[in-house]
Amino acid sequence: MPVRARPLSPHLQVYRWQIGNSLSILHRMTGVALSLGLLALSYWLVSLAGGEETYAAAAHVFASPLGLVVLIGWTFSFLYHLLNGVRHLFWDAGYGFERTQRHASGWFAVLGALVLTVAVCVLVWHGARP
Amino acid sequence: MSLRSPLGRVLGTGSAKDGTGHWWAQRVTAVALIPLTLWFFYSLLALPALDYSSVKAWLALPLSSFLAVLAVAVLTHHSYLGTTVVVEDYVHGAGLRVATLLTLRFLYVLFGGASIFAILRVAFGS
Repeated sequence: MPVRARPLSPHLQVYRWQIGNSLSILHRMTGVALSLGLLALSYWLVSLAGGEETYAAAAHVFASPLGLVVLIGWTFSFLYHLLNGVRHLFWDAGYGFERTQRHASGWFAVLGALVLTVAVCVLVWHGARP
Repeated sequence: MSLRSPLGRVLGTGSAKDGTGHWWAQRVTAVALIPLTLWFFYSLLALPALDYSSVKAWLALPLSSFLAVLAVAVLTHHSYLGTTVVVEDYVHGAGLRVATLLTLRFLYVLFGGASIFAILRVAFGS
């Protein structure tokens, strides 16, 4: 009996890319990024407990150009995952499912995270305190 | 006639074996993390500097070390729940999947434990 290509159910690539699925994917990606950040948090805390020299070594790593880029990435990831997480909690409670509400809250989460990330960077750069 | 056992009907967890336990734990930890992570983030930003003495003096305060331990514990649990789903979605093949999940779980206990131990060392000054 010849084996014929069987019909498959539509997969991801046939759907139009839009804000809903993009933000959902971004939520998962930032979650994974933040999970990797837990390793860095652990390293930082252990270096602090280790004493002045180990802390200075860790601080040197974080203050390097690559370290700063990654820290800014984690700042955005944290703020986005937080704002979009609240958006998910509202959905879980049964609110905000209308098309306009979904789009508005989605843009609020991603733009809010971007604005707050820039604000944090400016604050830290100028040595100001909240 | 139902083919479900009386015990299965009472437990009501269906074919996923653990019902809504995972989903609910993810939400509970998410809600707890809103104040905990905001406190942690804000505290670090509010420190005069992120040098050794400033950070150590701050983390050694009883309230700071207590909340930091809670934050690390809940973060670790929340992150474990999330990455477990990611592994279950993308890692195929029963053997590899179990091995990945087991490794992941051990890593979370290892790093979460190390973080909490470090905070306690700072708190109780050794």
